[in-house]
Amino acid sequence: MTGAESLSWWAAVPIALLLVLGGLVTVIGALGLVRLQDFYQRIHGPAIAITLGAGCILLASMLYFTLSQSRLVIHEVLISLFVLMTAPVVAMLIMRAGVYRDLRNRSERAGTGDTSAPD
Amino acid sequence: MTTVALLSAAVFVAMACVVLAMLLCTVRLLLGPTAQDRVLALDTLWMCVMLLSLVLGIRDASQIYFEAALMIALVGFVSTMAMAKFLLRGEVIE
Amino acid sequence: MKRWLPSPALSVSLMLMWLMLNGSVEPAHWLLGGVLGIVAPLLSRPLQPHGYAVLRKPMALVRLLCFSAIEIVRSCINVSQIILMRRAVRVNSQFIRVPLDLRSPHGLALLSCLINTTPGTVWVDLLPAKHELLLHVFDLHSEAWWVETIKTRYERPIMEVFEHPVSRGELS
Repeated sequence: MTGAESLSWWAAVPIALLLVLGGLVTVIGALGLVRLQDFYQRIHGPAIAITLGAGCILLASMLYFTLSQSRLVIHEVLISLFVLMTAPVVAMLIMRAGVYRDLRNRSERAGTGDTSAPD
Repeated sequence: MTTVALLSAAVFVAMACVVLAMLLCTVRLLLGPTAQDRVLALDTLWMCVMLLSLVLGIRDASQIYFEAALMIALVGFVSTMAMAKFLLRGEVIE
Repeated sequence: MKRWLPSPALSVSLMLMWLMLNGSVEPAHWLLGGVLGIVAPLLSRPLQPHGYAVLRKPMALVRLLCFSAIEIVRSCINVSQIILMRRAVRVNSQFIRVPLDLRSPHGLALLSCLINTTPGTVWVDLLPAKHELLLHVFDLHSEAWWVETIKTRYERPIMEVFEHPVSRGELS
């Protein structure tokens, strides 16, 4: 951990807190992926890992490099912007794939060609 | 306890958490009753790998991991999109 | 001016992206970023079927983004509580339909991003028949509350930002 010696307490404590919080939130998200019942519930689990978990760790990384090198290092903003723009697209497409496949299975079982909206 | 020790401990906890999250994702990837569950687990796995490489960057105080994380995020997005598209249509490029 | 810089905001953000990626503010990087900001929108213009978005009220957009950031953190806490505390069987996951008045493609894209980024809600599809949004909610307590929130908190500010005041009256 080179460069960390120069950090003071008021800088190190928030970074440590953000890292631990980010890790915990990521675990909760993945736990949701395992614990919840069906696919439509499970898709909500990773969303918290992607927003809050990734946000906390990216913020910790930004704070750490900015304070330990004493210059502005904010290129992690790019990753967070990219993740915020792509994660919704991925979620929507996986959800659509799930709905489509469920409807197709249901209509194959019923023997009809009905693929309109669920419920 | 010094700041270095505090940060090392925090990095260790964060890494352990992210690795645990990756294990949980792997469980869902192997169990997943449907194909869309597996794609979802794989997408979360990509995200966890990205976070792990960021945490490794803090541990080694190195900027190289930032580029790795950016690349992992890019490749993860594209591959998940391709797989979801495949589930939706049965082919990637129409 | 219009021909070479179809969207000045896009060009400026591309240049800022280049500077951040390189992590320096040397004149050479400003120059390369400027070239990127001018050339990339021109080359990718045929890929934009709806043209570049025009922001009518930037302040309303900033207020909307701040509100949804608070909303994201709040629903992160809610979803984590449900995952940790509650039996999964008792979670009331439902599909709901929200009638939308918003027609602008850029506005719909922003709305879907905001809804999907907020944990607990996933945008499924836009039903073309009555222009309704099909939404999946993780833990539904009241359908009317969700419709009300999406209509007033999200849709109205987005319509202010992206749509002409006149065309809105014609369409709705």
